[in-house]
Amino acid sequence: MRRFSWFNTVSLTLGFTFLYLPMVLLVFYSFNESRLVTVWAGFSTKWYGELLRDQAFLDAAWVTVKVAVFSSTLATILGTMAAYVLVRAGRFHGRTLFSGMIYAPLVMPEVITGLALLLLFIGINLDRGVFTIVLAHTTFAMCYVSVVVSSRLTTFDRSLEEAALDLGCSPFEAFRLVTLPIIAPAVISGWLLAFTLSLDDLVIASFTTGPSATTLPIKIFSAVRLGVSPQINALSTIMIAIVTIGVITASILTKRAAVAQKRDEQAAIRAE
Amino acid sequence: MRRFVLIAIPYVWLLALFLVPFLIVLKISLSDIALARPPYTPQLDFAAGWEGLKSFFSELDFENFTFLTTDDLYWKAYLSSLKIAAISTFLTLLVGYPVAYAMARAPEEWRPTLLMLVILPFWTSFLIRVYSWMGILSNEGVLNQVLLWLGIIDTPLHIMNTTTAVYIGVVYTYLPFMILPIYSALEKLDGSLLEAAEDLGCSRLEAFWLVTWPLSRNGIIAGCFLVFIPTIGEFVIPSLLGGSDTLMIGKVLWEEFFSNRDWPVASAVAVVLLLILIIPIILFQRNEQKQREAEG
Repeated sequence: MRRFSWFNTVSLTLGFTFLYLPMVLLVFYSFNESRLVTVWAGFSTKWYGELLRDQAFLDAAWVTVKVAVFSSTLATILGTMAAYVLVRAGRFHGRTLFSGMIYAPLVMPEVITGLALLLLFIGINLDRGVFTIVLAHTTFAMCYVSVVVSSRLTTFDRSLEEAALDLGCSPFEAFRLVTLPIIAPAVISGWLLAFTLSLDDLVIASFTTGPSATTLPIKIFSAVRLGVSPQINALSTIMIAIVTIGVITASILTKRAAVAQKRDEQAAIRAE
Repeated sequence: MRRFVLIAIPYVWLLALFLVPFLIVLKISLSDIALARPPYTPQLDFAAGWEGLKSFFSELDFENFTFLTTDDLYWKAYLSSLKIAAISTFLTLLVGYPVAYAMARAPEEWRPTLLMLVILPFWTSFLIRVYSWMGILSNEGVLNQVLLWLGIIDTPLHIMNTTTAVYIGVVYTYLPFMILPIYSALEKLDGSLLEAAEDLGCSRLEAFWLVTWPLSRNGIIAGCFLVFIPTIGEFVIPSLLGGSDTLMIGKVLWEEFFSNRDWPVASAVAVVLLLILIIPIILFQRNEQKQREAEG
């Protein structure tokens, strides 16, 4: 084994400091009494209080969560279907166009996606609001979901599905009883990815929304455009805390599931 | 029949909400601005039948595209987006490579944790990660305070609202995109190759240059494209961290649409941006394919 040199230690330390220090500072200054963000004037949670009393922020948060839940669920269903079509449906007319439409949104600049969708919604006279944002988010998120799910589908042992069909399952039953449980981790991470993409999106939401619906990123963007705001620091801290707790919980659960699976496998081997 | 429905649902969805909007952009980019709702002309008039269709097509022209070439603003914005994207991709590589290298050399039991630490920022809001630099880089920000306190500088550095701040923002937000592909290339690298090189008389630096660097090249190329492509159309970073002199095409398109309300020109800007992006996207796809073939 090669020794871990001082150079590597320095790169790792500097690299991770760079990645995390800005967020640590954000959390730190969110507890600052002073409105001037960089002057420390004592510990205070008053900005959290102000944030929670600000109805506009609460409304925006509610709109954002609604949009994210609907669009990520829709995107997961459509994206899983699309992945299944890409990996399993074999050849059909227009397959190249289909896979092109799955991959193109991944590299499309958000300003273009947003502009194009807005022009469509205006063209068909659709009232813009929560509904149009959901449509927009579903469209780009389903492509991410289908990439995640199809990579799982390609590595999957097809004979399991065939066995289920031989044993008298209908194709739908085979999907529900065999395929879905196996690809479930990919479907779940696809949903989570779609959910965070939707929570995070500023550009596409700004284009596709109307006056009736303001999402949290739109609200944050207009608040920080002119400079640092202590309320946004508090809001950022809350969001960072939620993500951190979520990721840690998820990693503990996966680790536990892996341990449990290993134990089951060993028990099965012993039983034989 | 069931197979048909399965294919049709996502297919129709993407046609209606991806391809059709796109064709609309193309069409509007060939139209003229008008003081009407919607603010462009000609409108497709189905009631007029064939004659209507003919007059519709005869009114479309490339005027907006000619306008883009005559007005300095646009081609300067395209060039400066490309320049900013190229420089910040290089800077990200400079920062990302040593980190990916160190991660791949770290003891095996650390690696999952290190990997999670690199991925974690992905799940945090992009907007907030860009915003976090506003408090650091501003004139009375954390960085200037620390440097003043240490006595390194006498007057605050002016970084916020400059292109330098945009570089920092891009490096910071896109760093994981650079680290991950390089790490996965380096992790597969067989350590005995390096030992062989050293046994055959290479210095460590030579061994790195002759063995490690070429073998991680695919990861480097992938990482560079993953940073370069989205940076060209970036909007959030230049509008929060950049100044009035930071020209980027994503921001120009946004302003053309929301402030000037010139939809035909905004659409033409979008079409040209896409044409520019096609080249790096195709190169990126090729690289990915080559890598897959090499592995499969």
